[in-house]
Amino acid sequence: MLEQLSNLDGISGREDSVRSYLLECLKEAPLETSVDTMGNLLVRKGKTVQKPLMISAHMDEVGLMITSIDKKGMLNFNPVGGIDSRVLPGTRVRFGDACKPGVIGVKPIHLQKAEEQEKPFDPETLYIDGGFSSEAEACRHAKVGDYAAFDIDCISFGADCYRGKAFDDRAGCLILLKLLLEDNGLNFSAAFTVQEEVGTRGAIIAANHLKPRFALVVETTAAADTPDNENKQAGTVLGDGPAISIMDRTLMVSRRMREGLVALAEKRALPYHYRRFTGAGTEGGAIALSGEGVQTAVVSVPCRYIHSPNSVISRRDIDNTMSLVRAWLEKHQ
Amino acid sequence: MAIEETLKKLAEAYGPSGEEEEVRLLIKEEIGSAVDQMYEDTFGNLYAIRNGGAGRIMISAHMDEIGIIITDIDDRGFLRLAPLGGISPRLMVGQRLRFRDGTIGTVYHEKLNSWKDLDWPKLYVDVGFSSSDSRKYPVKIGDLACLAQPFVKQHNGRFMAKSMDDRAGCAVLIEVIKQLSGSLPHEVCFLFSAQEELGLRGAKTAAYRYDPDYGLAVDVTLVGDTPEAPTMAVSLGKGPAIKVRDNSLFCHPRIRQLICDTAEKNSIPYQLEVLTRGGTDAGAIHVTREGVPSGAISIPCRYVHSASEIIDGKDLKLTVLLVEKLLQGLWPQIGGSNLQ
Repeated sequence: MLEQLSNLDGISGREDSVRSYLLECLKEAPLETSVDTMGNLLVRKGKTVQKPLMISAHMDEVGLMITSIDKKGMLNFNPVGGIDSRVLPGTRVRFGDACKPGVIGVKPIHLQKAEEQEKPFDPETLYIDGGFSSEAEACRHAKVGDYAAFDIDCISFGADCYRGKAFDDRAGCLILLKLLLEDNGLNFSAAFTVQEEVGTRGAIIAANHLKPRFALVVETTAAADTPDNENKQAGTVLGDGPAISIMDRTLMVSRRMREGLVALAEKRALPYHYRRFTGAGTEGGAIALSGEGVQTAVVSVPCRYIHSPNSVISRRDIDNTMSLVRAWLEKHQ
Repeated sequence: MAIEETLKKLAEAYGPSGEEEEVRLLIKEEIGSAVDQMYEDTFGNLYAIRNGGAGRIMISAHMDEIGIIITDIDDRGFLRLAPLGGISPRLMVGQRLRFRDGTIGTVYHEKLNSWKDLDWPKLYVDVGFSSSDSRKYPVKIGDLACLAQPFVKQHNGRFMAKSMDDRAGCAVLIEVIKQLSGSLPHEVCFLFSAQEELGLRGAKTAAYRYDPDYGLAVDVTLVGDTPEAPTMAVSLGKGPAIKVRDNSLFCHPRIRQLICDTAEKNSIPYQLEVLTRGGTDAGAIHVTREGVPSGAISIPCRYVHSASEIIDGKDLKLTVLLVEKLLQGLWPQIGGSNLQ
C-alpha cells in the first residue's frame, strides 16, 4: 500500500489522485467521508461527537511547476515546496495530467569549464527536457502551470526499508488509512489535508471545520543518522520508532500531550525518541491556532533524504508510529 | 509602592513561552476578586473581565518570556539547547538558566576559532552532572528554562530584570485593575496572553474567543537613547510610547488619536513609537475574524531580550495612568465595528 501511495503524484494544489485513491480504499467501509472546497478529505469513524479527536496527515508532496516554455522547447520550472535544487540535475520527472516523461537537464562534464565543476548548478539555469524539438511541439504537450513530479517507483529494499518519493507525508496517510479501515471500534475524525508543503494551508480550513478537542498530526521528519551528519542535535534516527516533537517553527507542543505520548509509548513498550531539533514547520501550528485554540501534538516517522527524489523510510517505524497513534486514540475515547 | 512589589514578583517568576503557569498563578492571586469574571483557556491564556456598557475592549499583556528548550542530552550530562523567541546566542554565554523544578544551569560554549562562529549548536548547558545516567538527573529533552536573574532597583527610579518584556505590561494591567473604580463605559477584557514570543499565538486564539470590538496591547518597546543605538525616537523616562506601527500592525489611526488625546487631556507626557521590527499582541488581535481596530501602548525598555532589561519607574506609573484614563473614556465608533 505504501508503494501505491508513494507512486501517486500529488504536488501541493493538485492532490486529486491521492484523494481518489484514498476514497476508493475507503468506499466499502462504514465511514462518513466529505471533501471540502479546498480539497481536504475528512473522514469520520464511529460516533458523531461535538468536539472530535482529530488526526491529520497531508496528501501533498513537494514537486515542480512549469513556468515557461523556451524557444527550443525546453520547460522552465519553479519548485513547489522546499526543494534543494542541487538534488535535481539528472532527475527523471513526469509532467502534466498525462504524466509525460521528462528529464532535468544536466551539462555533461565534458562541456563544463573548470570553474563550473567546482560549483553546484545555478538553480536559475535548470530546465526540463521533454524530448521536444521546438517550442510549438512542446506547447502541444505541456502548458504553463503544469506540475512535474519525480518519476520514481517505490521499492522495498534491505530487510526493513522502502526507497521512493513522497513518503512525506504518504506514510502519514497510510497510517490514517489503516486506522480508519481496521476494526478497532474507535471514534475519531481523520483529515487528509492539502497544500501543507506551501504553508500548512489545508489544515487551517480542516481544523476550523472539525473544531477538534485534541489533535495529533502524523508526519514524517528528517532523519540525521547518516555519515554526513555527525551533529546529534540535528534530528531523528531511522529504526528508533516514532519521533515525538517538542517544538517546531509553528508549534510549541503542550507538555501534557507530549508527556502523555511518552507515557503511552513506555506503557506499551513501543520504541520512541524525540525529534531533537526545533526548526521546520508542520500543520500542527495551524491546527493549534485554529478557532479558540486546540491542544496539538506531532508524531513523525523518521525519513532519510526527505524532500528529495529518493527518500528512505523504515517499515517498523511506520508500524510503531501507527501503534502509538492508535494507543493515543484509545486513551482519549 | 505596590506596583514595584508586584513587578518584582512577576519579573522573577519562571515563564518561558508555553509554560506560563507560575506567572498565571501570581496574576490570579494579585487580581483576586477585583474583576467580575476570570477564566483560562486550553492555550494557557488568562482572561479577567470587568463589566461595563456596550462595546468590548480587549487589552493584552503577555505572560511569557524568552527562554530556551533542551534538544539533547549527552553521555557526560551536558545539554544542548535551542532558542524560544528571538534571543542572540551571544547573550547566552555565561548566563544562568532556571528550569521549572528550580534546577540552575549555566551556558557555555565549545572551542571557537572566532567569536563569529558562536551559534546555538556551539552552546551547551552544564547542570552539575558528569553523566545523564543518574536517576537524579533533573532535566529531560523538551524541558524549558528561562534566564535566572534577580529584580534590581537601580538609581533614579529605574528597574532592571530578566523579563520586563512583558511582566512590566502585566504589572500595569494588574495595577489598572486594582485602581479602576466605578462603572465603565465599555466592557474590558484584560488578557494575560501565552506564547507571544513565539509569534503572538495566545492572543490569536484569545481574540477569536472573546471577539472584541477594540484591541489594545501593553508591551515594552526598544529605545534609541544608548551609545551608538540604532535611530529610534523613544527614550527612557519620557513617558509611555504610543505605537504607530511595528512589524505586526499599523495601529488604527482613530485608536492612536484616542490614546494621544487622552494623554494630552490628562497632561501625561508621551512619545510616538515607530518600530521597524518586532511585533506585539495587537498584531494578532487586529486581524481576528472580520478585523478589530487596535492600538498599542509601550513601556520604553533598554536591552530588550537580554538578561538585564531596564525600564524607568516613571514610565511605568504614567502608563498605568494612561491606560486607566483610556478605559474610563468613551471609545469612538469605527466603521464595521459591532458597536450599536
